Amino acid sequence: MAVMNMIEAINNGLETMLQRDENVVIMGEDVGYFGGVFRATAGLQEKFGKTRCFDTPISECGIIGAAVGMCAYGLRPVPEIQFADYIYPGMDQLISEAARLRYRSAGEFTAPLTVRSPFGGGIFGGQTHSQSPEAMFTHVSGLKTVIPSTPYDAKGLLIASIEDNDPVLFLEPKRIYNGPFTGYYDNPVSPWSKFAESEVPEGHYTVPLGKAKIVREGDAVTVLAYGTMVHVSKAVVEEHGINAEVIDLRTLVPLDIETIEQSVKKTGRCLIVHEATRTSGFGAELSALVQEHCFYHLEAPIERVTGFDTPYPHSLEWAYFPGPVRIGEALEKIVGDLKS
Amino acid sequence: MADETTKSNLPPLTLHVPEPKFRPGDKVDYSDLEIPEAGAQARPDIATAPKDMRDMAYDMIRVLDDDHKAVGPWDPKLDDETLLKMLRTMAQVRAFDDRLHRQQRQGKTSFYMKCTGEEATSVAATMALHADDMCFPSYRQQGILFVRGYPMVEMVNQIFSNKADKLKGRQLPIMYSSRELNFFTVSGNLTTQYPQAVGWAMASASKGDSRIAAAWCGEGSTAEGDFHAAMTFAAVYNAPVIMNVVNNQWAISSFSGFAGAERTTFAARGVGYGIAALRVDGNDPLAVYAATRWAAERARTNQGPTLIEHFTYRADAHSTSDDPTAYRSAQEREEWPLGDPIMRLKRHLIHRGVWSVEQQEQLDAECLQAVKDAVTEAAKNGILGHGLHQPFETMFQDVFEEMPWHLKEQAAQANKEREIKWPS
Repeated sequence: MAVMNMIEAINNGLETMLQRDENVVIMGEDVGYFGGVFRATAGLQEKFGKTRCFDTPISECGIIGAAVGMCAYGLRPVPEIQFADYIYPGMDQLISEAARLRYRSAGEFTAPLTVRSPFGGGIFGGQTHSQSPEAMFTHVSGLKTVIPSTPYDAKGLLIASIEDNDPVLFLEPKRIYNGPFTGYYDNPVSPWSKFAESEVPEGHYTVPLGKAKIVREGDAVTVLAYGTMVHVSKAVVEEHGINAEVIDLRTLVPLDIETIEQSVKKTGRCLIVHEATRTSGFGAELSALVQEHCFYHLEAPIERVTGFDTPYPHSLEWAYFPGPVRIGEALEKIVGDLKS
Repeated sequence: MADETTKSNLPPLTLHVPEPKFRPGDKVDYSDLEIPEAGAQARPDIATAPKDMRDMAYDMIRVLDDDHKAVGPWDPKLDDETLLKMLRTMAQVRAFDDRLHRQQRQGKTSFYMKCTGEEATSVAATMALHADDMCFPSYRQQGILFVRGYPMVEMVNQIFSNKADKLKGRQLPIMYSSRELNFFTVSGNLTTQYPQAVGWAMASASKGDSRIAAAWCGEGSTAEGDFHAAMTFAAVYNAPVIMNVVNNQWAISSFSGFAGAERTTFAARGVGYGIAALRVDGNDPLAVYAATRWAAERARTNQGPTLIEHFTYRADAHSTSDDPTAYRSAQEREEWPLGDPIMRLKRHLIHRGVWSVEQQEQLDAECLQAVKDAVTEAAKNGILGHGLHQPFETMFQDVFEEMPWHLKEQAAQANKEREIKWPS
């Protein structure tokens, strides 16, 4: 065991896979000599050489397109898109190519690539360094979407993603790279080293894709969240003294519907929290699924707490962010009749 | 900022929207098309730096002259047997196209695309590659499969989307895939295969392999970002890849001017990237072969990528869903100054004394019979729209390696619907 923050855990996961599988290659803007703008690939080129971890031109289309071709050769590339906001020029390669190869070639060609990308706000990144575009990808058939929320999960899910034979979009919540976030932006960040989830095993282990994790057991309401919002939701639940069950989805596609269903059938209430914009966000899908699977167990309308349907603002970042006030209000509303 | 008064003195700007020279009914005049003499082009050493051979991007490599002789330094000096194989393969492709186009018209499938007039750009090019070099085709390179011996009956199975279709009826007709023959699955989105080919070539180089990649796209889709991403990656990593641009003058109804042809050649795209570029008479199979072999030797000896523009003409419609008489002059095809690749090779072989008009007639008859046989055989496995050829569950297979719960649920729904829609 070693104590790691999320970046170190991701770096360690990449190193583990570079060591273990000679077909794993890492590529992306600034990931080589420099080690990535968030340091996720620091030291890897030095250890494994320039053909295993290398810089690329600034072309997301080229990065993902080349990675698809490398898959056809037999490699298992792990491209980094520097910010999820930059992924759009590569979407055709991801959606129409990587995600469809297996289907359209009836299994002759596959794309076992893992696209890593930091996403989400809370770092004063403005509208092009803060977005949460996960729903655009969960809408795509043939693509898996994975979002860790702790160092332990980050390494285990990353290794599972790289070993998976389907294309995976691995979104890293950059606000919590250094420590979990309670939603109070003016409080100093508590480093990961203060939390048990920072204990990361050496070497190879996996956290299975498609399995959610109950991070707080409770019976008053089920809170569904992923990434940064897992920690914010947990903090708000504690603050309000509500005995909520908080579920970290970890994988959006394929979704662990069983864990969700069991929990909501137990609590009869459901709050969905994500940072992404509201309309057609992944919360809409979750809300529909909970309704379809748990309608007769519901004792209150399903609530969604999300970012607003605006671009992510710079100076008004904390007015935009779905923080303690918005979540607290929704929680109180959904459990209101329990309290009276 | 100009105020209202000064503004009124400025000449009005005008937007240039390209217009092809000839529209339906127009008399075609190709006299301004620069077609150099066959054999007049120098053949640079394969080690030549791209900056020292830029003129090749604006010239046109031609081997077969007006007297049907192979001339000049680009003559690949192929033996009779290879040339006859080239001729037979191109003839077979054309016979296949004509027959399968007809099958679509008879309602046996939804769609077909011919490569009439462009056969050399895939057949001769592929013959100059090794069989284990990886091809990333666009949708008009069926010639690759013919060269590599893919059975015609498998192609027709795919075109009919029938129960023997190896792609399980999932792909639009002609979007073949053959991993075994190093033929990448054809996409319907254009030029996506370009950065993929470069990525494959990068992988081959990084593994110390000796295989190279070749990609094809049309001149129209060089406008896609993928083309430019691929050129940049190929240049940056010195990737062992051949990038073929089949300039057939038309992208459905948009002439090559909409991809920039009014200003420069497509081979010239390579100049800006520092990539070796050749421009070839695409209707001259020997020139196509020679240029490809040059580029392949270059790639195989770590001297990097080559862009080849094949100057040719799309002699037929874009697809069965297209009617070119609505937008271009019918005379264009008749007067195309570079002729027809099959006719040119045939005349060359006759000139060499190893072929005759009678033998060609016999070959054409054999090719037609072979396609007819393949169609008959494939039709036994069903034709599109007549019966449910694929087991229902195949619709949900291969989305992921393992089927997740939501697809299992949807598969159950589809099966339920099946009992209502098609009661047994």
